[in-house]
Amino acid sequence: MTQSARRLLAALLAALTLAAGAAFAQTELRMTWYDDGSESEVMSELVERFEAENPDIDVVIDVVPYSSGILESLPLQLASGQGPDIARVTDLGGLQEYFLDLRPYLDDPAYWDANFGPFHDWMRADGSDAIPGFMTQLTVTGPYVNATLFEQAGVEMPGEGATWEDWAEATNEVAEATGVFAMAMDRTGHRLAGPAISMGAQYFDENGDPIVTDDGFRRMAELMVDWHADGTMIPDVWIGSQGSYVAGNEQFVNGQVALYMSGSWQIGQFTELIGDAFDWKAVPNPCGPDGTCTGMPGGAALVGIADTDHPEEVARLMDFLAQEEQLGEFYGRTLFIPGHLGLAESGVDFDADLPATQEALSQFAAEVPKLADAAYALQGYQYNRVVFDATRDRLTQVFVGELTLDEAIDRMQRDIEEQIAEAQ
Amino acid sequence: MNRSAAPAPRPRRYTPGRAAFGVFAVVMTVIGWVIEPIQRLIGVRRMPWVFLLPNLAIFGVFILFPMVMNFYYAFTGGTALYPLERPFVGTQNFEQIYACGNYLNPATCNEDLFWRAVWNSFTFVAFHVAGLVFFALITALVLNARIVARGFFRSVYFYPVLLSPVVVGLIWKWILQRDGVLNGILVSLGFDRTLFLLNADWSMFWIIVVTIWANMGFHTLILLAGLQSIPKELYDAGSIDGTGPLQSFWHITLPLLMPNVVVVLVLAMIRAVQMFDLVYVLTGGGPGSATLLMVQYIYEVGFASQIQRFGLAASASVTLGVVLLIITLIQLRLTRGSESHLA
Repeated sequence: MTQSARRLLAALLAALTLAAGAAFAQTELRMTWYDDGSESEVMSELVERFEAENPDIDVVIDVVPYSSGILESLPLQLASGQGPDIARVTDLGGLQEYFLDLRPYLDDPAYWDANFGPFHDWMRADGSDAIPGFMTQLTVTGPYVNATLFEQAGVEMPGEGATWEDWAEATNEVAEATGVFAMAMDRTGHRLAGPAISMGAQYFDENGDPIVTDDGFRRMAELMVDWHADGTMIPDVWIGSQGSYVAGNEQFVNGQVALYMSGSWQIGQFTELIGDAFDWKAVPNPCGPDGTCTGMPGGAALVGIADTDHPEEVARLMDFLAQEEQLGEFYGRTLFIPGHLGLAESGVDFDADLPATQEALSQFAAEVPKLADAAYALQGYQYNRVVFDATRDRLTQVFVGELTLDEAIDRMQRDIEEQIAEAQ
Repeated sequence: MNRSAAPAPRPRRYTPGRAAFGVFAVVMTVIGWVIEPIQRLIGVRRMPWVFLLPNLAIFGVFILFPMVMNFYYAFTGGTALYPLERPFVGTQNFEQIYACGNYLNPATCNEDLFWRAVWNSFTFVAFHVAGLVFFALITALVLNARIVARGFFRSVYFYPVLLSPVVVGLIWKWILQRDGVLNGILVSLGFDRTLFLLNADWSMFWIIVVTIWANMGFHTLILLAGLQSIPKELYDAGSIDGTGPLQSFWHITLPLLMPNVVVVLVLAMIRAVQMFDLVYVLTGGGPGSATLLMVQYIYEVGFASQIQRFGLAASASVTLGVVLLIITLIQLRLTRGSESHLA
């Protein structure tokens, strides 16, 4: 073999090696995820199935804490262009500028429009027809009660149409008889918003600007102040912190409160952690003086990120996960209210043997038609977290005596206006 | 003629020491290839700059550049992350922070939470530093004495320093929370449950106690080193003159230990002004804003809110930087003072 023939052979071998390497090179997609319960396990299984069908794509799921990972770090990663390819988010309006429009990459965008259309408005700019992602869950806020404590105390549970004051009275009786706290509420302005709207809060003025200065909001704020002052509310959740979200689920799971204001996403966790250790149930949202009895809608969405280097692969994965077969299994196993209109209509086969779980799912589903327009408007508002955070932190200052309620409402409004002005 | 044969050369033996020397020689030769042309080019007198260059580069990239960027951000507004996308707003962020009816009453200030954080930090720093120096000194004196199991106790007091502040915060939260270990003990002894972390005064008290506990070991070590360097003859001489233990402490120990005390004082003060992690885990800055310190305020304004106000956070950081600079200058002054006094 001549020297030139050897060189040619070597070059061919090198080219073949490179080509083979390229043929088997995998595209890595990173998905940032958080757990309410253990839904990352279900998502991992679905992703494994996708990878088996698409060997050219490797999906890495990074499970992060909700507060520090999703609410605090992810926005910075996205702003710096260092975010993941896909993320599970709850700040649908606030982060919308970073979402990838999947429409150009989807084989059947009509399927997405038909099944997720109404929710896309929460995660895209007004007038846009972008398809940023799909809802991994729809949520409705509402209270859970520890029925065993009511039974032990011999107190009758208020029924449909009962007001927040009725529930406070009943749970205080339970608390007195059993030595627990009457109520807990997750430390967030989102959880407060449903009861406040029931009390008449509008959250927006006639120009569409956010306000917390109306009588309805004040009524709910006064109740919260009173409930913390007289020991109706467990102090650990709202008073025990500053500047961050705190859930009251631990206190409810441990039987320390008679009523816990949270939402539908807790069903899976309660099924797992409480099971039948005591009787727990979801009850209708209590009402305000004019008969409005609303919670807040909400939810989490899985969205593609616009800065991804692999939009086609992201769309392929998203399209796989969004199909009825996968999503039906996901909702069924995680016990989440479906954010897929087709599945919501046909029904999801929930993986729940416990009667309490089935009843809670039915109860939260029954809350959906009762959600007030103001609740939908607030949920769809781009800067709703500014409103939620301001109400949460300033109200806490009232509970501990740092501000009067008048000062706090004045500060809330100022915080909201200043921050939104900064963003614009 | 019988000529004796020349001794055969001894076979070379390759020991690890020779091998290491060989590697060293090769490395130094390669370095020489780089350094010598530079030296010829810039001259011997300028060579120190070449050797300082790696450290200067690290200092520049990781300290100087962020400081300059922070200063720049303090004069810009908006929510954009990239500097060139941020509009220049002059001193607006500083005006926002310093607009105040009465600095002693945060409620009259535009940015009330900043001033609450400032006053909380003052309270925290004053009590934390005083307590830390006091207890570290007592502990160092005890550990310097001839006590049983001295080595064991020296390790015990240093052990918390090795723990992550987050772990320390979580452990103490477990102890102090409403249904925590301490309340469990108190209730079992017939006392009322106390809201250690849910009451403004108690929570400030406990963050001071816990941060002293967590940091005392390190400062004790510095003071112990100082105590051990005091010549024993001085105490012997004092003893001959009839000096009691208290007089020895005031007239021998404390003056000679003063340089170490100053170091401890300043290090503790700087660490206290920068305090964030442990307190954030233990109280989250609450209840309300009772234990909100300056660094947490900066973190929340800049990173934890939906609208991330980097400009406001940067201007608060500049303020904090100025405070730290003043403390450092005081340290330099005090250190020089104590050195000249000793001289």
